[in-house]
Amino acid sequence: MSEIKMERLDDFRWQIPRQGGMRVPGILYASERLLRAMGKDESPKQVANVAHLPGIVKYSLAMPDMHWGYGFPIGGVAAFDAREGIISPGGVGYDINCGCRLMTTYLTHQEIRPHLKDLVTALFQHVPSGVGSTGPIKLKQKDERRVLTDGARWAVDHGYGSAEDLDHTEEGGALAGADPDKVSPRAMERGREQLGTLGSGNHFLEIEVVEEIFDPAAARAYGLEKGQIAVMLHSGSRGLGHQVCDDYLARMVKHLGELDIELPDRQLACAYLSTSRGQDYLAAMACAANYAWTNRQLLMHWVREAFEKTLSMSPKALGMRLLYDICHNIAKLETLPVDGKDRTLCVHRKGATRALPAGHPLVPAAYRNIGQPVLIPGDMGSGSYVLTGTTKALEETFGSSCHGAGRVMSRAQAMKSSRGRSITKDMADKGVIVMASGRGTLAEEIPEAYKNLDWVVDVVHRAGIAKKVARLQALGCIKG
Amino acid sequence: MEKTFRLFDHTADLGIEVFGETETALFAHAALALIALTTDLEKIASVTERHFSIRGEDRTDLFINFLREVLYLINGEGFLPREVHFDEFQPGFVRVKIRGESFDTEKHMIYKEIKAVTYHQASVEQTRKGWKGRVICDV
Repeated sequence: MSEIKMERLDDFRWQIPRQGGMRVPGILYASERLLRAMGKDESPKQVANVAHLPGIVKYSLAMPDMHWGYGFPIGGVAAFDAREGIISPGGVGYDINCGCRLMTTYLTHQEIRPHLKDLVTALFQHVPSGVGSTGPIKLKQKDERRVLTDGARWAVDHGYGSAEDLDHTEEGGALAGADPDKVSPRAMERGREQLGTLGSGNHFLEIEVVEEIFDPAAARAYGLEKGQIAVMLHSGSRGLGHQVCDDYLARMVKHLGELDIELPDRQLACAYLSTSRGQDYLAAMACAANYAWTNRQLLMHWVREAFEKTLSMSPKALGMRLLYDICHNIAKLETLPVDGKDRTLCVHRKGATRALPAGHPLVPAAYRNIGQPVLIPGDMGSGSYVLTGTTKALEETFGSSCHGAGRVMSRAQAMKSSRGRSITKDMADKGVIVMASGRGTLAEEIPEAYKNLDWVVDVVHRAGIAKKVARLQALGCIKG
Repeated sequence: MEKTFRLFDHTADLGIEVFGETETALFAHAALALIALTTDLEKIASVTERHFSIRGEDRTDLFINFLREVLYLINGEGFLPREVHFDEFQPGFVRVKIRGESFDTEKHMIYKEIKAVTYHQASVEQTRKGWKGRVICDV
């Protein structure tokens, strides 16, 4: 643990009291065992650093999957007043709207067991993945602009999926206010070639089986049953998003002097939301977010095709349906209650998800009595959780929850500890078929590089900022 | 040859510490470190040339901005640098000539994608032995 003073608030919350230039305190959601496992991780210091930013409301938060990022911690949530606050590209991250989508099927584990290897191979061949991969879709400039403004709807309009998919996507798959003129030619150029690609690093595609149901009523509403096959997809806005972040970060660093604020880390460079620089970034970031939703919509289409072809099934018989698509790297203007009063806030979720409760108008109609689905992927081969948003999250964490297991081991350590091992074989021994574009990715993504997913989810569940619905176990995995 | 860079631990990302006898050498070594982490440097031929110039508010900012341009050549243009030369190296400004070749799937194996060079804990400093730079990359 870095040398940051922390006070225990209750079983799962730790407070970093205001000190130095902090405008608000910091609050970490964690259990003792998670804090111990974090070791020398610098995320608490980063939580304190975020608290220095102008217009921050109430506190700088970190979810239990927190780990050392650059600027903001991964797992960080911070809300800024829309009039007096800032927006920070580093608070969103390079992979703007990196996120997950979970698709359910009518298939059972029994049925696909003999075809699993073929399915994983088909997915690997059918879904472009890996470093520098380009997609089968070659966008013209005019089309790219539509992707950036229309988001996932563009894909649906071009035959990739249905309107129901959009209903089950956060923000309907398109953030308002996207303006392609605010996206640099470099970013546009990078975006044209990579639409419909999974990417590399921690991005993946996983065939999973529903292993355990915790909340039968919620599971029923979400269409989840024990023994059912589902597919989890994790990808983002590719080179376009990276470039948008980089472009605006450079621009904001250049003008830092004008802000008249002392920043503890240049990576926290930001602009007031009320300024043209802030607004320009918001409009460009929305474009990247929309690109990511289009990307995941296309990827899902190819997953559907790969399943249909391999199993010789009709779309109807397969019944592959989008349960939900959630983003975990984003800044959004949201109306949220603060001390009982609704306020418009710019919520930054960097490695954190939205988690709205039952009855909230932004929860899809089919789930409104239950709450918004929260998708939590684990490390390679360990499966995922489906949770549901809660009123407590709305009141305590700006309607947010965790986004994954969170790393504990650096990539260099992971490479070292995986030397001489066959990761593919290790995974096969656990009953998970893995295919990857490069061995490097596999070695860096070994399960022990991550926190224990069950521990992380246990904290959010018991702290009440999301409730467990189901746990899924991995069967087959494609890594980029 | 002495090691021109080493990796340091960072939980999510990639920390690189770079060394050079001179500030110019430090910059060149940092660019080549990005390449060496991306692909096999030995397999890149110096076929074509790219030029760019870049500014920075201070030494560290210049370092980061320079590396961002190199990274854009790799990720944005699919150009793999092999040699880095400076036509001009001034406080807050560099004019760069890079020789290398375009990425070829048959010839170049890509190990990993470095998404970005961040400002987080970035530094450039003079040491007893020469120059040292630190940068954390998002991967």
